[in-house]
Amino acid sequence: MPSGVNGTERGRQGADGGRYLDGGRAGFPFALATLVLGISFGVLARSLGWGTLAPIVFSVVAFSGSAQFAVASVLGSGGGAIPAFIAAVLLNARFGPMGVAVAPYLKGGPFRRALEGQAVVDASWALASRGGGRFDREFMIGATAPQGVAWIVGTAIGALGGDFIGDPERLGLDVIFPAFFLVLLAEELRGGRRAIAVALIAAALALVLVPFAPPGVPVIAACAAALLGLRRS
Amino acid sequence: MTTLWVTIFAVALASATIKAAGPVLVGGRELPPRAVSVIALLAPALLAALVVTETFGEDQHLVLDERAVGVAVAAVALALRAPVLLAVALAAATTALVRAFV
Repeated sequence: MPSGVNGTERGRQGADGGRYLDGGRAGFPFALATLVLGISFGVLARSLGWGTLAPIVFSVVAFSGSAQFAVASVLGSGGGAIPAFIAAVLLNARFGPMGVAVAPYLKGGPFRRALEGQAVVDASWALASRGGGRFDREFMIGATAPQGVAWIVGTAIGALGGDFIGDPERLGLDVIFPAFFLVLLAEELRGGRRAIAVALIAAALALVLVPFAPPGVPVIAACAAALLGLRRS
Repeated sequence: MTTLWVTIFAVALASATIKAAGPVLVGGRELPPRAVSVIALLAPALLAALVVTETFGEDQHLVLDERAVGVAVAAVALALRAPVLLAVALAAATTALVRAFV
């Protein structure tokens, strides 16, 4: 197994700018997918009678695809603010452990760290993972930037002109994210047999829980598979 | 409409808090080695769970539909060392075709 956190891995100032750009480039395909997803969200919100301002504001202040879709689905099916809120929190709870993982690599005092932590989104976090629990801060922030822009612009396009776009599912665009996550997973599985075992356990846990647990919970519970790391290799 | 706005801002605040929690509480401290080895395995666990829930999950049901075909095509393409964007495009195109014609 790779060695633990190493202080010298933290970037030196000179090379950081390039790593932001590298991250941005790596995040670009995800930004395209995010744009499509943002459009779908805008279209959905519009169909629920949210108007144009609310969905755009939502995407700006929350920047969280899964949570926003959950809110739309709960409110859209007649649920109240509290169940919508709980669904969103359950879906986003995975960012808790992900934030702990990147924490040693962020910079500055508590306020700045809190701010930098907002750059944690699934794709960027996985892209910035360097194996052995190490993360590339600049790469992650760089990868999140285009996705943030794409999410807000996509929402605006969907909310303003959704009728012209039609149903993204007809184009098969809803498989873009699982396909991309598969790409990232394939990278992680090169980490060795233990990573493969963990992925299999996590997938099984998540599948078993889908019918019983509220959305979001299967993914968080599946993270428990990582506890296999406690066993000595 | 008030329900919507209250939900929007509550969710935004909660999301930001969840994302800020780890960075603020852990700070710049290095994590103990055992925590690091768990964290090193968090990515495969999380990604595997996201792949299967987004491929087979529909609300609270497991379904085998056009998405599974698309993701399987992406998996084959990746195994054959196709470029990432091609694999993803094939997944979307396959899903769309199966939806249209099957």
